[in-house]
Amino acid sequence: MYNEKTRSVGMKVFLNVSGLLMFFGIWELVVALGLISEKKLVAPSAIFMTFIDKLTNVVPDGNTIIVHTLTSLELVLIGFVLSCLIGVPLGLLMGFFKPANRFFTPIFEIIRPIPPLAWIPIVIVVLGIGIQAEAFIIFVAAFVPCVINSYTGIQATSKTLLDVAKTAGASKTQLFFKVGIPSALPMVFTGIKISFGSAWATLVAAEMIASTVGLGFMIQQGRNAVRPDIVLLGMSVIGLIGAALTGLLSILEKKALPWRNLK
Amino acid sequence: MTEQPKVSAQRLTKKFGDLLVLNDVSFDIKKGEFVCLVGPTGCGKTTFLNLLVKLTEPTSGNVLIDGVPADPQKHNMSFVFQEPSTFPWLTVEDNIKFNLEIKKIEKQEIQKRTEHILEMIGLTEQRNAYPGQLSVSAEQRIVIGRSFAMYPDLLLMDEPYGQMDIKLRYYLEDAVLKLWRETESTIIFITHNIEEAVYLSQRCLIMTPKPTTIKASIENPLPYPRNVSAPEFIKLREQITDMIKWW
Repeated sequence: MYNEKTRSVGMKVFLNVSGLLMFFGIWELVVALGLISEKKLVAPSAIFMTFIDKLTNVVPDGNTIIVHTLTSLELVLIGFVLSCLIGVPLGLLMGFFKPANRFFTPIFEIIRPIPPLAWIPIVIVVLGIGIQAEAFIIFVAAFVPCVINSYTGIQATSKTLLDVAKTAGASKTQLFFKVGIPSALPMVFTGIKISFGSAWATLVAAEMIASTVGLGFMIQQGRNAVRPDIVLLGMSVIGLIGAALTGLLSILEKKALPWRNLK
Repeated sequence: MTEQPKVSAQRLTKKFGDLLVLNDVSFDIKKGEFVCLVGPTGCGKTTFLNLLVKLTEPTSGNVLIDGVPADPQKHNMSFVFQEPSTFPWLTVEDNIKFNLEIKKIEKQEIQKRTEHILEMIGLTEQRNAYPGQLSVSAEQRIVIGRSFAMYPDLLLMDEPYGQMDIKLRYYLEDAVLKLWRETESTIIFITHNIEEAVYLSQRCLIMTPKPTTIKASIENPLPYPRNVSAPEFIKLREQITDMIKWW
């Protein structure tokens, strides 16, 4: 049935698609009109053709786009999932229990400002070259937003709601699980989404650690071979998968927190 | 031998920094008594209730419940807060169950009480809705229902009907009286609506502005159900009004 909600969804889709079409249209036009040389900027249509080609062609980087993509996806997911599994509980504990806060905060505050890339030399020495070292760099990048958002979320728990549970006789553990965590979930989800963005953003740098496969490796090989189409294809795949998975996280968030934005 | 009071406040004093909020307040409340605390806004009534449920500690003095220091984990007490206090992530039904689950009451009993309370507060059909989908007054009904579901020995209510329209307020005033009679709870009810205090309580404690003391304890012998337009009712209401209107 056509109603106000359908119309609103339709308008959103229309605006989304229009924005994308305009972006790629202008890009295509700029290259087609020769405003920017094709050697410097490849048109979207050419990138698409390279994509089709790279589905089977392993030149110049030794693997197809599918292999590169799956390898990078695996790497990002390992680093990201680990950061969530460790960062979210740590942030929640630090935000809710004062002794945990006092114990972990100094360590965390020292680690937090270190750029993920600064870890590369020490990580190579300690973990060697390989997936562990690469995943660790991604883990570091994704870990910080997980901790900070979980910490901030649980600290913002309404005092009144905590008082309601306290006056009902809730123990500290019940307060944590029944009030603190549910109350922090919106911020936790925001942290997870930011972490995911950070994980993808660090991928290229992580794959600088003597990789032989992956989207970051493919981009570097494309640069070495003076193939801007390969470079832009790698960037596009990272962008598209990143956007798709962030969209998936948003859907998960809506399913997990159906009570949000009801009014 | 005199009966042990349900609540005994002994020389309670509370300071926030240099601000003296409660000054040497003492009184007893009998088991099963319905008492209203009446006083001007900001006189420290809420602070007093917070002391009773250990949300804050007194600067000096004691609060005893059943002769022992107040402890929400041991005593079956419930508190209706003045401000909105539903859990937004729980449905209406789960909000009602919240306190019962904290107390680890048997599941069948929880369900039985929940059905009863949902009917009492008129939200059976909205049981699966979230508080964010309901009106402010419906949210407050959830809060009241959640407290009633405990069948508490001691029910503390901090201006619970302030945000409600008059029809709903009358309905819930009768609901709290019904609960009181059914469960023989002791109820301490804060209000600055004198008519409400006279309609509900067996006794009114009149509080002074800060630093708060108890100015008077007025017995209310009118039989239930009370008629707000009866001459005796109006006389008592005016007597209390006269005591506090000069503030």
